[in-house]
Amino acid sequence: MRTRTLLTLAFVAAAPFAHAQTTSSPPSAADGIAQYRALLADGNPADLWEAKGEALWKQKRGAKNVAFVDTCDLGKGTGVVKGAFVELPRYFADTRRVQDLESRLLSCLEAQGFNAAEVAATPFGRGEQVNLEALVAYVSAESKGMKFNLSQAHPEERRMFEAGKRIFYFRGGPYDFSCASCHGESGKRIRLQDLPDLTKNPGDGVGFAAWPAYRVSSGELWGMQRRLNDCYRQQRFPFPGYASDATIALATFMGVQGKGAVSIAPSIKR
Amino acid sequence: MSDPMRIRAQAQGSGAVVRVLMSHEMETGQRKDAAGKTIPAWHITEMTAALNGKVVMSGEWGTAIAKNPFTEFVVKGAKAGDKITVSWVDNRGDKRSDEAVVA
Repeated sequence: MRTRTLLTLAFVAAAPFAHAQTTSSPPSAADGIAQYRALLADGNPADLWEAKGEALWKQKRGAKNVAFVDTCDLGKGTGVVKGAFVELPRYFADTRRVQDLESRLLSCLEAQGFNAAEVAATPFGRGEQVNLEALVAYVSAESKGMKFNLSQAHPEERRMFEAGKRIFYFRGGPYDFSCASCHGESGKRIRLQDLPDLTKNPGDGVGFAAWPAYRVSSGELWGMQRRLNDCYRQQRFPFPGYASDATIALATFMGVQGKGAVSIAPSIKR
Repeated sequence: MSDPMRIRAQAQGSGAVVRVLMSHEMETGQRKDAAGKTIPAWHITEMTAALNGKVVMSGEWGTAIAKNPFTEFVVKGAKAGDKITVSWVDNRGDKRSDEAVVA
């Protein structure tokens, strides 16, 4: 017989539920979801993507056989990861573009000898996109707990913010709604999920500060590009394309609005 | 080739709390792909945990365990410096074993 007595399965669930019972008003759906996330946070599988991403960051790859740690500049200097995520999107002098994390990683892949256009056209969760997800998880995790502080010093960065703002309020699609239709005021929700108000700083670890995230329902790690892709799908509007300027403009808008919010990425979502 | 597990083991009271995050698809064999074909079952069938080489727990797992499973358990008598080894075998015969030292 196996020595099963040596082991006790621990249920970490006890604490948050006890808290809910002591409050006077009945718990709302949002409280329930917050509890659920708290239960899962300790074993967030995003950890697995982080570990994979860290290995990829240091691994020599591509036709040129170089590693990101020696070649990739995310804005804080070549190979520097810490603090880079909370300052993206930003203007990069070498590409003469404002880039978010994912489009910047594409530039770095290009420098490794990959075909960036091909990677951008690859469906989510396939081929090189899988590696991008891992890199996104790793880079964002290195800035966990830091505050968003996007630069608006360069004219291109201000132009992207203005473009993002216009896209955010642009109504379209068969339902004729914009990002702002769902994310323009607080207290809105889709099914049971509260929607962050992205016209202002929605708070620490909410909205822009909560992505990338592990989605329990699909068992996948989603970066901001995939998040936006799904927002466009729900709007019944064509996705402007992976790492397109429109998505970077939206990210600039959300990032600047969310200035000072603490990043909890990669987080865990339902 | 499977991805490594994440194992954290922390001494607490008279034992150690071990948290394990495994990377596995845990396909149930109940789902169909876009072409309507059944996706074959692919899941962990056995997991074991050992303290300094001695098995302290083993479990038979099946399709009811989630994708990328997270396991937490307490090993009585484990102390800082002890070695915890967690292993799994899946229904394709794939194996994985990772170690952590109790901190």
